[in-house]
Amino acid sequence: MTGTMDTGVTRAEYCAVACAEVFRGDGEVMASAFGTAPALGARLARLTFAPDLVLTDGDAALVYGAPPLGADPSSLVLESHMPYRRVFDVVWSGRRNLIMMASQIDRTGNQNISAIGAWSRPKAQLVGVRGAPGNTVNHSTSYWVPNHSTRSFVEQVDVVSGVGYARAEAAGPSATKFHEIRCVVSNLGVFDFTTADHAMRLASVHPGVTVDEVIQATGFALVIPDVVGATRDPTPEELGLLRNVLDPMGLRDREVKA
Amino acid sequence: MADKRLTLDEFVSELDSGMTIGIGGWGSRRKPMAAVRAILRSDLTGLTVVSYGGPDVGLLAAAGKVAKVVYGFVTLDSIPTDPHFKAARQSGAIEAMEIDEGMFYLGLLAASQRVPFLPTRAGLGSDVMLVNPSLRTVLSPYDDGEELVAVPALRLDAAVVHVNRADAAGSGQILGPDPFFDELFLGAADRRFVTTERVVATDELAAGGPIQSLCISRLLTDGVLETPGGAHFTACVPDYGRDEGFQREYVAAAGDSDAWVAFSQRFLAIDEVDYQAATREAAVERATAKQAKQAKQAREGS
Repeated sequence: MTGTMDTGVTRAEYCAVACAEVFRGDGEVMASAFGTAPALGARLARLTFAPDLVLTDGDAALVYGAPPLGADPSSLVLESHMPYRRVFDVVWSGRRNLIMMASQIDRTGNQNISAIGAWSRPKAQLVGVRGAPGNTVNHSTSYWVPNHSTRSFVEQVDVVSGVGYARAEAAGPSATKFHEIRCVVSNLGVFDFTTADHAMRLASVHPGVTVDEVIQATGFALVIPDVVGATRDPTPEELGLLRNVLDPMGLRDREVKA
Repeated sequence: MADKRLTLDEFVSELDSGMTIGIGGWGSRRKPMAAVRAILRSDLTGLTVVSYGGPDVGLLAAAGKVAKVVYGFVTLDSIPTDPHFKAARQSGAIEAMEIDEGMFYLGLLAASQRVPFLPTRAGLGSDVMLVNPSLRTVLSPYDDGEELVAVPALRLDAAVVHVNRADAAGSGQILGPDPFFDELFLGAADRRFVTTERVVATDELAAGGPIQSLCISRLLTDGVLETPGGAHFTACVPDYGRDEGFQREYVAAAGDSDAWVAFSQRFLAIDEVDYQAATREAAVERATAKQAKQAKQAREGS
């Protein structure tokens, strides 16, 4: 059995590796990654198995290489100008792969960042739908949930911001044409929608987490395969990059404890 | 060339209650805050505010100026949400039109191009289509037969944006990395206002940055206002970054009604020149308090 005890790999590091896997096999696309584990994952992928991946500076440019978290902006080597207006050209062209955060995520992959409660008179107004509706029907989108609980993994989200499988299908071929919710990474495991009816499936648990913990922390019936694998270990190279190059200050362990 | 320079009071006098007003910038970045503050001091009410929302939306909502907000998000960037906007939505004080931020772009573009709508995939399948029952889809007239969202033109009665430099005739220069959608806000509006850090002679514009930075043409402007520090407390790089300390003070004050009254009296019930002086003074107070705290910690730690 692998786990924190044996390898010294922290939960946050498993999350970063799981996020890196989201970018495998996509070639030359723009990676957008929100949250610490996704930001590390995109950089890790760029430095290892996805060398053609295009990273952004988080402002208005594409950057060369994979700068560490919190790098001084003046140290970045810029490749291209990417103001927001041009970002939409990329979104609508499909040459993008995105990991967004989700305040709520549901069984068929709908995501909510708009409001908790009824939209017309919310209990809690959140940031707004942002680009989630457009992202999800134009290019591959995945989600990062650092606090997996029955409050974040819900049967039905309150406001569909990012479009899940059932809603895309109901909206018709123009919505499904480029739609893909590739996976959800949480602090407990990795989830995908590779089931007959695109219901969320537990793809792997992070070492140190039990399947039962995941079931207890989820507000709907997950599809649980007969055999649930463990999220893969980082390679020694990946671990070195994470710890010594990309995140020497250990920001990852502040986002996900243990 | 016409001299389009105006004062803040003249700007406000060109607006009417009930107007639909577009505000440039993005989140807590390069917002025409001096213009927003001038609206706060006015007797205007019932405005529809169209914005890639930041503290402009929060402040106008808190002052009871807003009937409706059209937005894809309202954020302070380094702080995820604006407390006043949140409160106004949760109390039902304002009407809302929440759309995808790309739809928002197309709405401004359609208005700029004088077409009734532009098609997009963005919005399909999402609750944006349910919470905005006036939104329609359109069937492609070609063989593909695709059904797309028809984003309606977001026509504006007036728009105001903030730029780094401008000349008196209304050519504007944006020296930061992202021009956002300011050009489209102006293009979508009947009355078009540019506030600027500094009004310069026309030949200083091209001398001050690459040709791509001269992205607001005078075809798009009716009024130019020189408002140094006019984006404060939002970022206006390279002239200045976001005043994070002041933004935190704004958020903290918004959470408590007495604190908000004090904040409003100190910073909002005064004219723009006094505002700039008051915020500089507040920055000194924060720095002094921080030093005192560090000194105390050092003493207790030793």
